[in-house]
Formats: sequence, structure tokens, C-alpha cells
Amino acid sequence: MDGFAAFGIVGLTTAAVYAVIGSGLVLTYVTTGVFNFAHGAAGMMAAFAYWQLSAGWGWPVPVALAVVLLVLAPAFGLLAERALFGPAQRLGQAERLVMTVALLSGLIALARWVWDPNVPRPLPTFFAGRAPLRLGPATVTWHQGLTMVVAVAVAAGLWVLLHRTRTGAEMRATVDDRTLVVLAGGDPVRASRAAWILGTQLAALGGILIAPTVTLDAAQLSLLIVSAYTAAVFGRLRSLPLTFLGAAVVGCTESYLTGYLPQNAYLPGLRLAAPALLLFLALLAFPHRRLRGSDERAGRAPVPAWRGTALLAAAIVAAGTVLAAVLGEGDLVTYGPVFSLGLVALSYVPLAGYAGQISLCQLSMAGVGAVVWAHLGADGAWWALGAAVAVAALAGALVALPALRLSGVYLALGTAAFAVVLDRWIFTLPSFEVLGVRIALFDQGSVELAGPRLFGHRLDGGAELMVLAAVCLALATVAVAALRRSRYGRRLVALRDSEAAYATLGGGLLVAKVAVFALSAGIAGLGGALYGMQLRSVTADQFSLVAGLPVFLVAVIGGLGAIGCGLFTGTAYIGPVNLLVALAPGSQNLVALLPGLAGLGLARNPDGLIPAMRAGVRRLAQGLTARRGESEVPVEWWGVRRPWRPEDGEVLARGIAGS
Amino acid sequence: MNVLELRGVRAAHDGITVLHGVDLTAAAGRVTALLGPNGAGKTTTLRVAAGVHPASGGRVLLGGRDATGADPRALARAGVRLIPEGRGVFPNLTVRDNLLMMTRTGRTREEIEEAAFARFPVLARCAARHAGTLSGGEQQMLALARGLATDPAVLLLDELSMGLAPLVVARLYEQVAEIARQGVAVLVVEQFAAAVLGVADRAAVLVRGRVAWRGRPDDGLRAELSALYLGSPR
Amino acid sequence: MASLEVSGVTVSYGGNRVLDGVDLTAGPGRITGLIGPNGAGKSTLFDVVSGLRRPAAGRVSLDGRDVTRLGPARRARHGLARTFQRLELFGRLSVRDNLLVAAELGPDRRHAARAVTALLDRLGLEHLADSPAGALSTGAARLVEVGRALAVRPRLLLLDEPAAGQDGPETERFAALLRSVAADGTAVVLVEHDTGLVMDVCDEVHVLDLGKVIAAGTPAQVSRDAAVLAAYLGDA
Repeated sequence: MDGFAAFGIVGLTTAAVYAVIGSGLVLTYVTTGVFNFAHGAAGMMAAFAYWQLSAGWGWPVPVALAVVLLVLAPAFGLLAERALFGPAQRLGQAERLVMTVALLSGLIALARWVWDPNVPRPLPTFFAGRAPLRLGPATVTWHQGLTMVVAVAVAAGLWVLLHRTRTGAEMRATVDDRTLVVLAGGDPVRASRAAWILGTQLAALGGILIAPTVTLDAAQLSLLIVSAYTAAVFGRLRSLPLTFLGAAVVGCTESYLTGYLPQNAYLPGLRLAAPALLLFLALLAFPHRRLRGSDERAGRAPVPAWRGTALLAAAIVAAGTVLAAVLGEGDLVTYGPVFSLGLVALSYVPLAGYAGQISLCQLSMAGVGAVVWAHLGADGAWWALGAAVAVAALAGALVALPALRLSGVYLALGTAAFAVVLDRWIFTLPSFEVLGVRIALFDQGSVELAGPRLFGHRLDGGAELMVLAAVCLALATVAVAALRRSRYGRRLVALRDSEAAYATLGGGLLVAKVAVFALSAGIAGLGGALYGMQLRSVTADQFSLVAGLPVFLVAVIGGLGAIGCGLFTGTAYIGPVNLLVALAPGSQNLVALLPGLAGLGLARNPDGLIPAMRAGVRRLAQGLTARRGESEVPVEWWGVRRPWRPEDGEVLARGIAGS
Repeated sequence: MNVLELRGVRAAHDGITVLHGVDLTAAAGRVTALLGPNGAGKTTTLRVAAGVHPASGGRVLLGGRDATGADPRALARAGVRLIPEGRGVFPNLTVRDNLLMMTRTGRTREEIEEAAFARFPVLARCAARHAGTLSGGEQQMLALARGLATDPAVLLLDELSMGLAPLVVARLYEQVAEIARQGVAVLVVEQFAAAVLGVADRAAVLVRGRVAWRGRPDDGLRAELSALYLGSPR
Repeated sequence: MASLEVSGVTVSYGGNRVLDGVDLTAGPGRITGLIGPNGAGKSTLFDVVSGLRRPAAGRVSLDGRDVTRLGPARRARHGLARTFQRLELFGRLSVRDNLLVAAELGPDRRHAARAVTALLDRLGLEHLADSPAGALSTGAARLVEVGRALAVRPRLLLLDEPAAGQDGPETERFAALLRSVAADGTAVVLVEHDTGLVMDVCDEVHVLDLGKVIAAGTPAQVSRDAAVLAAYLGDA
């Protein structure tokens, strides 16, 4: 019984932190419409900054706290609003989502750069010297008590702010109707700013409270947030009381799993994966949404011409051959992933580019492919490559099931949760038997991958594998182009543009969605198997959610609707990074930041660089100069922040007619 | 006195002209009804008057002064208040908070609430409810109350009656007439005449961007509208 | 047998009854008009018939078969097609591909490409065939929606304000198109604010007001109906 109470206290303490962070997330989401994937990363940065000031530079704790919570966090929130999400107001939800993912990825890279991950950074708990309080059978440390008191204070404070002040009313009004706020003489931008500042402060508070009880690690801390996301999803991203309730459920589940889960080799990962599993379940428990109309801006999905596709495929093979010929064995390992990771990026084209399904677990699918090849393809049989593709496709079809119920932010969250479950639990499992079949994964370490056999000859050299990967990428590129030109490709685009119209024409959503998830997971699985072969030995870490984010970002930057996305991503992700590192060995951390930084620039080029590059070439050819017509001023500020122009009314009317 | 006057106003959507020289006036203390079928240009006329849609020709006069092409915020400050089609309320805010949102206009919360609840006692009874849970008629009352909080000189109402039961509409228009009697120039756009004819002092019928009929709402108007809406089988 | 039979359909939304026991029938080769003030529930009725919205009560039958519990895709396979008041084109596909997606979902997918070319010609849209549908003017976009619905060779066609944004001569041509579609044996239900067009082409007109059918009959009967006059002009 004592144990039960003790684990309950631990659970509620963690829950308090999740509640604080989750309520910040809800606050920003309802006021600005941006679901901030980087919310946890902001908390992580705050924890590091607090460590730096208090432990690193020895500032007194109250001063360090004040600086982080009252100066740094608000400044960060304001900067995020002003520089990133204010200008992104006119973008679609998908682009804003990508920007927050970019921020998440960038902040993790930045933290790892500034604070060397190999140095341990212990933080003392608050009031560490005081004797714990005894409440009946349970013991509560002062730190735990403080955490819970802070959560209660945050709950009360938020309630008063939102329901008893004009600023709070304006924040809630901004959610309902920005234009009407302007008509009432209010200022939606001010409300957004207040929400960003407060949201970031809450994230910082949560980060500082939890940091002393866990390892201070950038990725771990940022992803602790999965639990806070789960809490927020319990509150349907709207209700603060339900968010607090959700936090309690998640916190206690984690704590009791730690306490009462039987000790064996298979289950420790389950505790780590529990918040992600709960997130998955909470998302699935969402009410069935109605069929979506064409309310969001969709990216482009041009029909690739056969000639251009053939040229692109030839260029890929040629590049592979040349690289294989000129690079030494060491460089081949470094630059090899150009084509295999290119395949992973290409898998986004049918899935996200055509069908509009944003998935954050494509690299996990690649991991599945790599594992299957490692175990089945040890003697280089080609059928094993087929099996790698098939098993990855099967896993993809599994992800598709929640996708039938989810879209947009929720789908991205669901796939992220899926990736985390794989990272923390499935990929860490030792081998096990199901129905007499032994299933092995990463064997709790690394697995070796060999090359396949061709006409009795083993393709094992780096050069041979590079050519193989290039050929595979070229073939897959042609296949995706053929897909876009086919009946099925048209259906995918149609499905994304208007589900309601597609369904009322007799199109089945189930088959189309499951098929596109399976197809793209299969492509990613092939990429993963090749990636593994080129690296010769891989660990689960190389296929984690955090590792997958930069690939996704670079693919988005390239343009998800373009078949050149694969080659672009491979080249842009692997090429400059390694070149820079080779030229200036100290710049490794800087280049890790690049995908994040570039993703943040998405507001300028929502369709990606490939279409922009093609348009640029066309303009050059025609000798025309292009003028950027679009204004950066949000629509409700036309006539206020910049002069009202005669054509504005028409633009507005068109926007309204089109909405 | 004509508070709002449109002279030969032309306007276009997507390069297609939808208003071909509309003349229209709204006088203080009067309710003016602008009627006509869908797509005739009624909403565009209101939007031009409120400054949120540009006029491609003609002039908009406010209190005799030229206000053509003025910024919508300047017009709002000058007392032009547009209550757009649909419900001009924040559904997730309580009635009280909806009114609170109008305090930026220089009046205190107490003044606004007192005026609103005096005019629409039903709002006082549901002051703590979310606007989204009110009936359609109550939401329109709240929208009107919000509109009046700014002490407008010109009130532009777009399809106040949409989706509401006739009895509710009749009560709303009694309030509109009352508002006009206090000296506000009210311009009402309605696709269907039933609702507004009881209280309108003047009416105009807009067909394909032109004023096809104007005058006092009487039997001549009914005949005109009957032919226009229901026509006769060709 | 009626192509479409709606009986006692009721839909509530946030406490308001948007549709209140609505009955409607449409027969093959006939054009049935559905008119009424904004907010009368016309588009909601289309959503119920096409399966996008479940009614709280009532049933919908197509060709005598109860489809009330079927989803939109299954109903489409029973020969139903519709257009949307707020346009729902596939904006990233060309006009031709919009029609092609539909034709390939229809009963005769082997000759889809040829059928689409013929249909583009019939609608006078050849010159727009390769434009992206997202870039069309409202009038053209509505015509493309009609074409996309026709491409599945429906036995029952629901048109939601297809003529909005058309000028005089375009409306004339559209009326001729509607008559030819009906002459092929298709049952057409037309929601339209251009009463002239409705009175011109419809064999029968239903008037919906505040979720109830207040009158039904030939255009001549409806235009003389006292209840309709009251709904439109107020009772004086």
C-alpha cells in the first residue's frame, strides 16, 4: 500500500509537469491555430539555460529562475511569433506544422551544439536539503510538493486570465473570428503575442521543474513532451480542465507501470512508450470527423512528363556511377546515403505530396526495411529485398488505419507517436517467437547488413552498392512518375483536394489511403535496406523520430509534389553537410542546424524549391523579371499596417468565395 | 438628411462587373430596404458602403462628404457599422464576453451591458451562456447589441433574417425600427422581402447590379417582387 | 418507379431543426426544382440524399432501394451524382483529369478518356481542358462540376446552384444542356436561385422554407401559391 501511494505521488508530480506544459500548448493552439511541435523543445532550452545560469555560472537560483522565466522565455516566444508564425498566418496548416517541426529539429541541434551531450549535467532538485513531508503513508519531497503547487497555481491563474480579464476574452475571441476582433477594435496580433509569450513561459516552467528528475538530454527532454501532447489531446486541444485530467492519467500510468510492471526483457520499453501509446489511443478516440472539403491550401502536384522523368532517372544513375568511380571506400560510406535516403524522401511524394497525408514515421519504416534485410538477406538472396519492402508496406498499412480517422495535425501527431513507440519499445526488444517464428529486431544493439548477390557475385563493395542504390532510386522515381500519370495517381490527388467530392463520385477512401501508406512505406523500406547495406551496420537510433525529422524537412524544402524530391533530398541532406564538415571540421554542429533553419524559411516558398527552381529557369529562358506580388501583411491588417489598395477587396472577395 | 449616399457606384468581382451604377441613399431615422435575388449585388453594395470592397466607379458620400475608397477602419470610426451575413458573434465566448469585446470603442463594460440588456432583456437572462449555444434569433440580437455599442450613425445589416422563424424575424425588425427611430440610418439587405417590408420606410430592388425599382413599400413593390422571384413559366 | 424518394427527413443542428419531415420525389427524365430562401435547408437536403449527413429521422431511396444507411460512395455506385454549392473541384488536377477521375469511377471505365473528350465538347469546355481546375472563374468552375457529375453517367443528378455566376446567354445554353440531360433519362434535382431558369426548365417545383416543404407542383401552380407568396413577400 505504501508503494502504491508512493508511486501515486511520483505519478502526480510528473502529471503536474505535463499539465503545465500541456496547458501552454493548448493556450498557443487555441489562440493562434498553430500546433507547436517545438513546444517541448522550448521547455528543453529553458532547462538548459537554467542549468547554465545556476549550475554552470553559479548564479543564485532565484535570479536564474527569474532570468529564464521572465526574460528568456518571453523573448523566445515573442521572437517565434514575430519572426516565424506571424508571417506564416496566411500559410496553410500543413506549412505551419512543418515550420514547428523545423523549429523542433533546429532547437535539438542547437542544444547539442551549445551543450555537449557527452557531459553529464546534474541539476539539484528544489529545496533538496529539506526533509520530506509525510502525508499519511506517503512521503512527499519538497520538490514534488512545489511541482504540484505550481500546477495548481497555473490552473487557477489561467482560469482567471481567460475568464476574468479582457485580454483573456480577446485571446479566446481571436480563435473564433479574427476579422470580427478587428471590427470590434481589438488586436488579434496582440492576443497571439500574449499567447506565445505565456505558452513559452509555461513550457519553460515545466522544463525547469522536470529537468532535475531526468537526464538533461536535448532529444529526451524535447520528447518528454509526447506526454504533454497526450494530455493536450485528452483536452481535444481546447479544454484546459481536460488537459489537466489527461496529464494525471498519463503521469500515473507511467508511474504505476514503473512500479508494477513485471520484470522481464520485453517490457521496460513499454513504460517509455506508454505516453506515445496513450497518445495514439486518445487520437483514435477522437470523434469521427466529417468528410473534409477543399478548405485548405494544397501544394502543387504537377504531372511529370516522360521525357523529363527519363532524363532525371538517367541523371541519377549517371551521378551514382560517377560517384562510385571517383570516391574512395571511406567517402563511399559517407556519401552513399545520397541515394538510399533519397528513396526515403521520395516515399513522401505519393503520401504527402499527392495524397496530402503528413507522416512523421517514414524513417521508422526504413528501419523496418533495414531490419528485415539484415535478418533475411544475410546470404544476399534477392527475395529478401522483396520481403523488406513487403514488411515495411505492411507496417505502413498499419499506420494507415488511424489515418482514416485523422488528418492534418492529428495525423502528424499520430505518426510521430507511432515512431516513438517503435523507437522506445519495439526496436529495443530482444528477439522473440510468434507462432514458432523467431522475430529478431535490432538485437538490442546493432545489426550487420550484407549486400545482395547478383549472378553469383556478391555486391559488397561501397562502389557497387552506390550504383545499386542509384539504380533503385532511378527506378522508384520512374515508378512514382508513372503513378502520378495513372488513374490511381489522379485519384490520390483528387482525394486530397476534396474528400467529399471524391466520395460522392463513388471513390472508396479506405482502399486508396491504405494503399498509398503501404506503397510509400514500401519505398521507404527499400531505402532503409539499401541505407543499411551501405553503412554495413545499423542501430535503432539511426531510424528514430528525431533522426527522421531532418529528412522530412529537406524533402518539404525540395517540394513534396515533385518527383525530383528524392534526388534533391539525398543530395541536399548528405552533400553539403559532409562537404562542409570536410572543409571545416568544426562546423559539424552548424550543419546539423541547417535543415531546421531552412524549414523555417518555408514561409517564403511553400511549394518547395524544385518548382521554384524550375520556374526560375523558365523565367530566365523567357527573359522576364518576376515581381513578388504577395504581401507579407496578414489580411486583417490590410488598410492598417499598409495602405488599402484598390485590388485588395477583390483579393478578399476571391478568398471568401474560394473558402 | 441623407447620411449615406451612393452615386453611380460600380464594382467588380474577378474582373466581372457586378454593380452597374447603383444610386442609393439611407436617411437618418429611416429603415431603407435593399431587395433582390441572389447574385444581384446586394452584399457587394453593402461592402462598398462599408469600405471593404473597392468601387470601380461612382462615389460614396458619408454625411455629404466624399468617402469613396476610404479605409474600412476610418469608416468604422466615422460611425459606419456593418453586421455581416451570418452571425456576427464569437460563438465560444459568453454573451458578457462578447459585449466585453466592444470596450475598445471607448465605452465601459457597464455602459455597454446596461444598454444591451435594456434593449434585449433576453440577453441579460443568458449573459453567462456561450453565444454559440444561443438560438439564431438571440445570436442576431447579440450581434445587433454589439453593433450598437459603437453608437453607429449608419447601420448596415446583411440578411438578418437568414434561417430564422418569421416570428423571431418580426421581433428583430421591431428592434431595428426602434434603432432607426433613435436617429440611426439603417440600410437592410434582404433576399426575401417578407421580413423587412413591415418596417421599411423606403425600398429599392436590385436586379443584376442595377436598381430596377425604388419607392415606398406598397402593392407596386409586391407586384414587382412577385414577378421577379416567381416569374411566370415561359 | 421514382428515381429518388425522400420521406420524412429530419435534421437537427445545434437545437435548430434544419430539415423537418421533408418529402421529395424525382422521376427519370424529369427536372425537379427545389427553391426557397437562403437557409431553408436545400443544401442540407442534398447532403442527406448524397450520404454526407445522417438524418435524425426519415429515409432516402434510390430506384426503390433504401439507401439511408449507406455511405456516399455506395450511393454513388447506385447512380447518384451531385455538385456542391461551395465548389469542391479537384483544384490541382486539370479540368480534363477532374472529369477523368469521375469517368473512371463510373460504370464504363474502359472508354473513360473518349467519353471525357465528348463531354468536354458537349459542355463547351475544350479550351479549358488542360487548365488546372483551381484557377477557373466561378462560372466555369460550376460548369466543370456539372461535367464531373455527368461523367459518372448518373441516373440521378443533384445540382446545387449550377448557374450562379453565369450571364444571360450562358444561362440559355445551360438550360438547353439540362433539358438534354433529362432527355437522356436522367432524373435531375435542381437547386437554383435564378427563379427564371427554374420556372423555365423544371417539370415540377418544390418550395422549401425553414426546413419544411411548403408547396409543390408545376411552376405555374407554385408561382400562384399563397403560402409561397407569403414566404417570399411576407403576408400583407
